[in-house]
Amino acid sequence: MELFKKYPKLFQWIFLLIVFFALCFAIDVPETYKFIRGQAEFVKDPNQSTFVFLGKEVRYYAFDVFWRLPPLLGWLPIWINDSLFFLMNDWMPMEFWNEDTQEYKTRPLVLQITRNLTAFMTFLIELIREILLGGLETIVAFTSWDWIDANPWAELPGLPWTIVAAGSAILAYKLGGRGLAIFAGLAMTYISIFGQWKPSMQTLSFILVAAPLSFIFGLSLGIAAFKSKRVEKALYPILLVMQTMPQYAVLVPALVLFGVGDHAAVIITMIVAVPPMILLTLLGLRAVPPEVIEAGRMSGCNNWQLMFKVLIPTARRDILIGVNQVIMVCFSMAVISAFIGAKGLGFNLLLALNQLNIGLALEAGLCISLIAILLDKMSLAWANKQVDYFGNLNFFQRNKNSLFFGLIMIVGIALAYFGSIYFKGGYNYLFEVPHNKGISTADFWNKGVDWIFDTFFVYIKAFNTWLIVEVLQPMRALYLRMPAIATIVLVVGAGYLIGGTRSALVVCGLTLFIALSPWWDRALVTTYMATFGVIVSCIIGFTVGTLCFQNKYSTKFMLNVCDIFQTFPSFVYLIPVMMLFGITDTSVLIAVIVYATIPATRYTIEGLRSVPSGLHDAATMSGVTKFQRLFKIEFPLAFPHMMLGLNQTIVFALFMVIIGAFIGTEDLGQYILKALSDKKGAGIGLTLGICVAFIGLIFDNLIRTWVDKRKKHLGID
Amino acid sequence: MSEPVIKCESVYKIFGENAETMLKEANGNVDAKTFQENGCIVGVNNASFEVSKGEMLVVMGLSGSGKSTLLRCISRLTDATGGKIFIEGQDLLNLNNKELIDLRRNKMGMVFQSFALLPHKTVVENIAFPLQIKGINTDESINKAMNMVKLVGLDGRENYFPRELSGGQQQRVGIARSLAVEPDIWFLDEPFSALDPLIRKEMQDEFLRLQEKLQKTIMFITHDFDEALKLADRIAIMKDGIIEQLDTPANIVLNPATEYVRKFTEEVPREKVLLIADVMDSITTEDIGDLKVSKDEIIENVAEKILTQEKTVTVIDNNNKIVGYINPTKIINTVFGGRKNNN
Repeated sequence: MELFKKYPKLFQWIFLLIVFFALCFAIDVPETYKFIRGQAEFVKDPNQSTFVFLGKEVRYYAFDVFWRLPPLLGWLPIWINDSLFFLMNDWMPMEFWNEDTQEYKTRPLVLQITRNLTAFMTFLIELIREILLGGLETIVAFTSWDWIDANPWAELPGLPWTIVAAGSAILAYKLGGRGLAIFAGLAMTYISIFGQWKPSMQTLSFILVAAPLSFIFGLSLGIAAFKSKRVEKALYPILLVMQTMPQYAVLVPALVLFGVGDHAAVIITMIVAVPPMILLTLLGLRAVPPEVIEAGRMSGCNNWQLMFKVLIPTARRDILIGVNQVIMVCFSMAVISAFIGAKGLGFNLLLALNQLNIGLALEAGLCISLIAILLDKMSLAWANKQVDYFGNLNFFQRNKNSLFFGLIMIVGIALAYFGSIYFKGGYNYLFEVPHNKGISTADFWNKGVDWIFDTFFVYIKAFNTWLIVEVLQPMRALYLRMPAIATIVLVVGAGYLIGGTRSALVVCGLTLFIALSPWWDRALVTTYMATFGVIVSCIIGFTVGTLCFQNKYSTKFMLNVCDIFQTFPSFVYLIPVMMLFGITDTSVLIAVIVYATIPATRYTIEGLRSVPSGLHDAATMSGVTKFQRLFKIEFPLAFPHMMLGLNQTIVFALFMVIIGAFIGTEDLGQYILKALSDKKGAGIGLTLGICVAFIGLIFDNLIRTWVDKRKKHLGID
Repeated sequence: MSEPVIKCESVYKIFGENAETMLKEANGNVDAKTFQENGCIVGVNNASFEVSKGEMLVVMGLSGSGKSTLLRCISRLTDATGGKIFIEGQDLLNLNNKELIDLRRNKMGMVFQSFALLPHKTVVENIAFPLQIKGINTDESINKAMNMVKLVGLDGRENYFPRELSGGQQQRVGIARSLAVEPDIWFLDEPFSALDPLIRKEMQDEFLRLQEKLQKTIMFITHDFDEALKLADRIAIMKDGIIEQLDTPANIVLNPATEYVRKFTEEVPREKVLLIADVMDSITTEDIGDLKVSKDEIIENVAEKILTQEKTVTVIDNNNKIVGYINPTKIINTVFGGRKNNN
């Protein structure tokens, strides 16, 4: 009784676990139940029950409701599909002027809007693409094909790669100095020499449209939310779901609305990249000290000046993190949107992975990462740039960069012209190195992979088998063996113990949605893979983070490593693991672990860093040893921040598990992938995406509530 | 006398949802407690005063006394709930947004406790900021800002970022920024409270030097009574939103109006505050010595001279005219006796 009074929470948790396990043992697996059966697959079977909701017939296998809830939400995907179809084809038909045929045509409103939107996006992408690579589309957009036929000279010539490379180096020099310039020049030259120029420029043109648009939209919506409580309240749930929604899942409905191609990819990228930008803008603006705002007011700022000269620059740090996120998401999407026909490096990467040509995939992945790092550093340098008022420069000094670029233009064109005479084979290497004519290291890498595989095959195979048989299979079986009711009790109980009734209700709603969808089993598999990944990532991340924190230099080094790894598009992580482990669950899990370890490590270090140095000294003066200090002072205080890292780790892990469907898993991700190639997949894809998002949100809610309470308790923040 | 630069007529600031209706119903009789029970917090309660040109009014009070709120009402960073405020005869509360911005751009400068510098701008950019907001071009604004940099003694550091400066230096930037547009009215909200004592003293002296040169009309907020005594022409002491007493430093020390004010004055070294004129007698029956002191001297500065005398000392004004007399025992009583009596 004494003990009970001292640790009431502990006993409540124990009680919850007892109830959970009792339920697990009490409820038997129904004999006819086959694990991993997509209950909503459209096969007719006399054993199935049916129900009709809003005119939609849904078939399912009825089991004891304690074991698995009936998929009462089975109508949702079909309903979403029908609504989308209705919106696109039948809703609000209107007369629109058609430029080509010179007459009015009846079209549904939404179709017209999406078509105009896509046309605009296509124009922007083509414009940049043709400046870089040359082409006709932009001129056609202003004139017509007939005009082009009549005037064969009318074509954007495209820039020789030498000019683009030197130009980016000059820009990098102007923004960030010599180091960045050298990096930019080398990266661009590498891309050219290794024959990746064309796909790289295609990807770049995609990014140069998607990233600024996402930034502008995110910033404006963030400002709107900052100014108006109502806007914020309306945006908040969408932001929350979008944060944990896997990027795959957005592809499918967008496919229906915007079709296939680069333009659709840009729009999807914006949908994914804008929410974090909004959140960070809002966060940054909120954190501006009130006195700074007052100082701005007293300087006589009007509202516009106050926002753009005081608030936004002061919130710069958070907004920059937003920009960083936008760029990251854009590159991630550059690969993923290859699934819906975006051209460029992503497409090549996907193709190479499909053919299991690891060498080629590696080359494409390296180029994407290089461009990603370059753009990231350049945007950072741009934001931190300082103006020199007292330079007292003459005309030449002030304009040296533009003058130098002009010079480069002339030299580059001359070189390209010279090249067109010198190289007889039809390829002008000084204009553009063709894709198959560059130096390729693919063979080398492929041989390397083969060698590794041949040499270590026995060990890798043994490890693989051990992991799958001894760890993964039992864990998966355990997850699937949980009766639905027991899982719900566990989750809701945890919600109640952590955050009270409110939290319990939120979590209950989220779980019920998944349980009532036809994919509960799949969701369990996704959760199991994510859990495994998260546990290992946390162990690695917390250990590495703590070790690195012991030394100033290793701390800085590790944070830089995290920065660079975070810039890699998520798909790139699949390349090396496929190299080593082939097409197995192990590959996916290792990719998950590598990817999810980044936030775990980063937040551990940042958490430990956030411990006030005064406490550090106080502890040292109380005569603690290093270990005592770590465990008694630093860990308890850094723990809330580290838990936020866990939150991120879970989101990262979920994303990677879903992407892992590409290698071949049998969870929700696989179904999303299937929905991509299904004509009626939009509803299923979106519902599945929401399911994954909800898994993330359940953990998000529990962790955040706990962290907030804990922080209040410790009096930090 | 010309009209006052700042004039407040029973200004109220009440926070809360139905503050305005409650204020109307209260009919000028605002009781903080009843308001609090109805979910309203009284920030400023019936403040009326005037500040004339070139005068420095120091508003003194502990935290939560409403002194910062009062300042923000007068700079209209928050809108007063009731009452009238006139800036050079203009009705502040009736200005539209454009007129208000004009007023701030040309007439007002403000210094903040936490400095409130823009972190992304260098020293000179920060100081040039109000000028650029006004629409002055880059070259001219930077030139003017450089003059300000020199005025506050930060030359050589104009390209530093605020984060690279010490607290005192940051506040110099804040002061320079508030003076950049050459305002007539200068608001200072606890400008030296975040500084170390030594730096604080240095900054106070610097501030007095600047004021001697510039002769601005000043409202200065502080929670430090010594600071108030040192700087003020007149002091307003606030408590719970009410101005308890508004008077010259000497009068506050000699004749505290309320118990609250008296508590503050208890520990004040009188010889540092009072002038000879405050304690002299106009006639005397005693023997008069040779020594003559000016009536505007602070007691501390002449006490030693007077105390070495055995006879009564003559007090004169600027024109060498005899205006009164002071006996050494009077000095002893003022410096030591006054406090004993109060206890």
